Amino acid sequence: MIPGSFAYHRPKSAQEAVNLLAQLGDEARPLAGGHSLIPMMKLRLAKPAHLIDLGRIGDLKFIKEEAGAIVIGAMTTQHEMIASERLTKALPILREAALLIADPQVRYQGTIGGNVANGDPGNDMPALMQCLDATYHLLGKGGERKVKARDFYQGAYFTSLEPGELLTAVRIPVPASGHGYAYEKLKRKVGDYATAAAAVVLTMQGGTCKSAAIGLTNLSETPLFAADAAAALVGSDLGKAALDKAAAAAEAQVAPASDGRGPAEYRRRMAGVMLRRAVERAKSRAS
Amino acid sequence: MAKSQVTMTINGRSVDALVEPRMLLVHFLREQQNLTGTHIGCETTHCGACTVDIDGRSVKSCTIFAVQADGASITTIEGMAKPDGTLHALQEAFREKHGLQCGFCTPGMIMRAHRLLQENTNPTDEEIRWGISGNICRCTGYQNIVKAIRYAADKLGGRLTKEAAE
Repeated sequence: MIPGSFAYHRPKSAQEAVNLLAQLGDEARPLAGGHSLIPMMKLRLAKPAHLIDLGRIGDLKFIKEEAGAIVIGAMTTQHEMIASERLTKALPILREAALLIADPQVRYQGTIGGNVANGDPGNDMPALMQCLDATYHLLGKGGERKVKARDFYQGAYFTSLEPGELLTAVRIPVPASGHGYAYEKLKRKVGDYATAAAAVVLTMQGGTCKSAAIGLTNLSETPLFAADAAAALVGSDLGKAALDKAAAAAEAQVAPASDGRGPAEYRRRMAGVMLRRAVERAKSRAS
Repeated sequence: MAKSQVTMTINGRSVDALVEPRMLLVHFLREQQNLTGTHIGCETTHCGACTVDIDGRSVKSCTIFAVQADGASITTIEGMAKPDGTLHALQEAFREKHGLQCGFCTPGMIMRAHRLLQENTNPTDEEIRWGISGNICRCTGYQNIVKAIRYAADKLGGRLTKEAAE
């Protein structure tokens, strides 16, 4: 279908965008890459009366290194992140996950801000951000505030974003050098959303897992930070016993929907499978 | 809602128009600019038949508004051949290697392949397949599409041998 009518605004700064959002209220939606919002508008599931196009706000597009963290502007595209050698050196799991999002065309437009702020349970970045203990920078009428990714997601399309707030940047602590990582994504076909996916970052010391963080994608209304599953790995040799415990913890935590990607029971089991594969691969990469 | 002024360059030509903000770029190209080579093959941003090249990016034109392309430089399939009609290497390749049957996906395939070959001038077959993963073909099973893109890459890269040309 053709989208419904809307008034189009093109602010030149994040502050101008926030002012517009405050002025226009909940009939206004920000437009980033548009590859979640516009498909919804074409189905008329979304009918904003106002669109605030963030596409000309150059200040929202950056990749910076700051004291032990990488900060990425919200309008940075998946393509730009994939192409950044510096980003890949510090955070190789980010490129691995980004390459599994949709397809090349979508990645040219899709932004990290849109992927994490939308609250779509299918998006790949949110669980990864939780795994990495990222912090989101939010800008509203009242100024700036920061919310951890692990605290940000309340339900499907329901996040900690207050009305009139814009997510401007994502701050990710750089994982320890020698960390192992993997993003394992089960999907029906290339480019699909996850049937089940697991992001794992871990460190090893002399054959023992010293630390582990796990994020699970599209297995619940929100991304899941799998603290129990990770705890089952820490202090272990990542052998079968530990993997069994971690997989069981993950399967107990997830609440997948039954849909075209499979019945809930299948997706629950696949959560465990993806977790096992991700841990194995992360372990092989750790040094 | 009030119309917006947009100015863009399409296939090297400057274009000025008044559009509703909600007009998708693909409709703008097809209906207002009469550039009907860009096709609409789905409703869900999957098929890629609408793929064009905008400021060095492959973009599914069904999923952006024309107003977002204000100030942009766009190449569509109509802009690939030279003004004298000489086919672009990719167009020649799709003919030589029978990379199409019905032809509906073909403009999108060629526009995507064009950018792919800028990203990677000598892709392996696997890289080609990944590279066109945003473009669906119902007819060919992709074999000859991959061969066509390989042929074009080799031609553009000066690697075309007499064998490959046959």
